[in-house]
Amino acid sequence: MPGLEDLYREIILDHYKSPRNRGSLEPPAVRSEGHNPLCGDEIEVFLIVKDGIVDDIKIGGQGCSISQSSASMMSAAVKGKPVEQARALIHRFKHMMSIDEGGEEPDTSAPLGDLEALQGVVKFPVRIKCAVLSWNTLAEALDIAAE
Amino acid sequence: MSFDVQKVRADFPVLAELINDKPLVYLDSANTSQKPNAVIDAMTQFMQHGYAPTNRSAYQLAADATDKFEGARAKVATFINAPKVHEVLYTKNATEALNLIVRSWGTANLSAGDAVVLTHMEHHANIVPWQMLAAERGFTIRWVPLTSDGLLDLSNLDTLLDGAKAFSFTAMSNVLGTINPTAALCAAAHKAGAIAIVDACQAVPHMPTDVQAWGADFVTFSSHKMVGPSGLGILWGRESLLDAMPPFLGGGNMISDVKLEGFTYAELPAKFEAGTQPVIEAIGLGAAVDYLTAIGMDNVRAHEQDITVLALNSLNDRFGSDITIHGSTDAALRGATISFAYRDVHPHDISQVLDQNNVCVRAGHHCAKPLMRLLGANATVRASFYLYNTPSDVTALCDALSEAGDFFTL
Repeated sequence: MPGLEDLYREIILDHYKSPRNRGSLEPPAVRSEGHNPLCGDEIEVFLIVKDGIVDDIKIGGQGCSISQSSASMMSAAVKGKPVEQARALIHRFKHMMSIDEGGEEPDTSAPLGDLEALQGVVKFPVRIKCAVLSWNTLAEALDIAAE
Repeated sequence: MSFDVQKVRADFPVLAELINDKPLVYLDSANTSQKPNAVIDAMTQFMQHGYAPTNRSAYQLAADATDKFEGARAKVATFINAPKVHEVLYTKNATEALNLIVRSWGTANLSAGDAVVLTHMEHHANIVPWQMLAAERGFTIRWVPLTSDGLLDLSNLDTLLDGAKAFSFTAMSNVLGTINPTAALCAAAHKAGAIAIVDACQAVPHMPTDVQAWGADFVTFSSHKMVGPSGLGILWGRESLLDAMPPFLGGGNMISDVKLEGFTYAELPAKFEAGTQPVIEAIGLGAAVDYLTAIGMDNVRAHEQDITVLALNSLNDRFGSDITIHGSTDAALRGATISFAYRDVHPHDISQVLDQNNVCVRAGHHCAKPLMRLLGANATVRASFYLYNTPSDVTALCDALSEAGDFFTL
């Protein structure tokens, strides 16, 4: 049986205790909201896309250490990156969480950085939803920003 | 009969299971209960030796199956002291039973300008069906608020009930454990001219139930929370109301006659039992009722009260200001369902650490989001005890919680 240390890696607890990019942004920033109906966790993603780049991102809401640290790592990973790269990372992350969305196999050549630490979540199927919540919410925010 | 929890435990095979070489500490009975051999065996025996359609075919095997199926209904009627056996209806689950009331009684009786009274501690099953019909019919929903210690605030009840047509409330909160004064609430509803609907999912499994002493008009509960199988709920209703209501689901079994021009419906209980019924599950529930009756519901309640006192004291003694227990601290006013917050550790994370020790609790909103908002929480940890839980289960909970605290020291 996988142990707690497989799930709660130190870097995850660090992001949970000191979340990055926490807060909100005023319009014209777009806002999307995600809910995990099973546990009541809520995530808000505020996003400014400028010239095809994720210019700024803030995370609001509340949830467990997995959902909060995943959101924190995600915000750090996509901030300042081209939208296409952010979308590719969403695809890659969900693939890592064993969520098959079809389409091409993600390119896994670039290092994942802190996000690597979330790999252990896949051994705890119940928690995959927690880890993926912010990523789905980001995808929605990117869609809104593209409108 | 004296109550021996170790003897009770021996009746539930799953409680002897080891998961990863550790014993199971099952504290999620408010969610669903474990099953004794008596229920497992009754269902298996029926499938092996007596399974057949009920209420239709004429051969011996079918007649015997019908007797058992209807016999289970009679057992349930006795268990809740229903005046008439045919007032006891089988449904898919308690949620469907509540939907049946709302759709059938509600559609016939509620329109714009009417009001229905619910409470702030209801399960979604006693909220959403009303909201769905209210959106169609335009009646209003009023809410009984709560006191700071998780009891219903009845100071304005008469005003809230004034002009209302129905008062639908839980007999015991699935989050706070609060046991509501059901008989007094039914009386208040009737005084105002409203019918009284009791969601008794958390009450029937845990304490003696007498629908006549309550003075209720409808009572709903589920089989799976009272050591019976899943897939079966019960709706008890007053005959006069059930007779006046239109059918809920249409199909086989519920009709008297069908012509191209239309249909006439059957007498109770068939009127509300369309299609093939959960026959095996009904046999299982009958066995569950026999099992609980033999133990004695007074004994079940007394045992759970002891465990509640022990759990409340242990949690408070060991964790002091680190723990916030929601609801009343008086075990006389509550059942053995205990929701709490522990430091700033998220309930999901607590339940994960508890799971490493096979301590099974629910972390989440417990299908009571309006109540969670009132508590100012997205989620709570809920430990819920039943007749098979022991003082050592309380210790296991506290030990695991202490481990969670060490792990998540912020």
